[in-house]
Amino acid sequence: MSIVVENLTKKYGEQKAVNDISFEIKTGEVVGFLGPNGAGKSTTMKIITCFMAPSSGDVRLDNVSIHSDPEAIKKKIGYLPENNPLYLDMPVVEYLRFSAEIQGVPKSKIPSRIAEMIDRCGLDREKHKNINELSKGYRQRVGLAQAMIHDPEILILDEPTTGLDPNQIVEIRKLIKDLGKEKTVILSSHILSEVEATCDRILIINRGRIAADGTSDTLRSQSQGQELLKVSIEASPEEVEKAVRSLANVEKVTPIDGKVGWFNVQSKPDASSRKEIFDLCVNNKWYLMEMTGLETRLEDVFQKLTK
Amino acid sequence: MSKVWIITKRELASFFDSLIAYVMIVLFLGLSGAFTWLFGSDVFFINQANMQVFFSIAFWSLFFFIPAITMRMIAEENKAGTIELLITKAVTDSQIVWGKFLACLLLVLIALACTFPYYITISQLGNIDDGAVIGGYLGLILLSASYISIGLFASSITQNQIVAFLAAIFIGVFFHFVFGVVSSSVRGFFGELFNYLSMSTHFESMSRGVVDSRDLIYFFSIIAIGVLLSQVALSKRNWQS
Repeated sequence: MSIVVENLTKKYGEQKAVNDISFEIKTGEVVGFLGPNGAGKSTTMKIITCFMAPSSGDVRLDNVSIHSDPEAIKKKIGYLPENNPLYLDMPVVEYLRFSAEIQGVPKSKIPSRIAEMIDRCGLDREKHKNINELSKGYRQRVGLAQAMIHDPEILILDEPTTGLDPNQIVEIRKLIKDLGKEKTVILSSHILSEVEATCDRILIINRGRIAADGTSDTLRSQSQGQELLKVSIEASPEEVEKAVRSLANVEKVTPIDGKVGWFNVQSKPDASSRKEIFDLCVNNKWYLMEMTGLETRLEDVFQKLTK
Repeated sequence: MSKVWIITKRELASFFDSLIAYVMIVLFLGLSGAFTWLFGSDVFFINQANMQVFFSIAFWSLFFFIPAITMRMIAEENKAGTIELLITKAVTDSQIVWGKFLACLLLVLIALACTFPYYITISQLGNIDDGAVIGGYLGLILLSASYISIGLFASSITQNQIVAFLAAIFIGVFFHFVFGVVSSSVRGFFGELFNYLSMSTHFESMSRGVVDSRDLIYFFSIIAIGVLLSQVALSKRNWQS
């Protein structure tokens, strides 16, 4: 099931929370919305899930528009809202039954769907408890279970791992990855490693606009540009710094704080200074202890794009 | 199974799980029972086998009880954010409001059904006018439905249950009381108008056993307007922040 978003705009008063966004998501993709807080990630999700209407623009799921048939669209989407709101006074099983009924799961299939969700989300020991007795991690699982109860083709998860401990985060990520094999998944996050670990494709959203779109590798290489090396040379640091700086392909040399003889070396655009540094050491009879290429981190890409 | 009924079922279960239902029923029965049988101008004091005493007590007690059961219906969901969860399920705004409306109405019906022994007892004491009893109960049901729709609207415009309660009482008091008082001191067209807008005008004629289409139109209009305004308040998210 593909999602097409066209020229979506949502205004809150004068402020545009989402500003003319367009993108397309193909069946089976796991897409991460990445952006600082207040960038418009949640608003975009709320529009796709038909919680609120956009000021202008359209969202279509397999050619069904949110303006023409929101009921049909809601049926195909499983949604975990931000902060995971739940009916706290309900027992887990009752809540899942309610979700299944209201999403139109046939009555004969409801018990098997509930059993499957409880099994899949690891809720077996908690299933008869009231939701308000559960810890945050288990509530999150209930939130995922209710989103998936009607076996939707699209899952939309708004910050699915906030407030979880590291073990729970790993579990939820694994669950999302599993789900991504059969479903189209959109998740939002401001944690980069999370998006990198779970998503096929990343949309960086900033101030209501799409700042970048691609896999984590393409995003990295797009902004990489210049080679960055970490070098360790055993010799007098002052001499080394001066010599390296005078090399033809080197743009910038910065000593690494607290480590004598270590430098960060940035090459000029479209040039490599690896060989030059090696030759320099050979000529001067210095020992080259280490030379590592530094990969641009997604954090840097993100910071560059969202500043 | 209808979507409205699924929502109604959940709300009713939540009434009974949270003890609201029991507290409401016990208080209602206690209050109306005490004044029907024991205190003030009770059945033995007026010495007639009719249920007018009970109806006039219920007329007032329901006025206060109904905002107490409607106040949380939408306001709580607004506050907890569960409204987002509910709206993004495959239901329409109108199904949500009607489901909640029906749940409140069923709770009131259960409370009213519990007063059926009053009828049996009084009918043993003398000749009772069954028409007036049926009319009176019908009047109470329609009155309750009207206040429920007002209460739902009050609940839909806020996140705070206390505000919802007070707003419902505030809107309700005009229909319950103020319009009647005003109509008795104003003559001509406006006197007629306020008299028509007053709940008690319509309720009293029904509790005497006279069911007029004017009364039915009045109650159904209030119900429709209240429910409609709740839907409008719920869909407000579509055009503003």
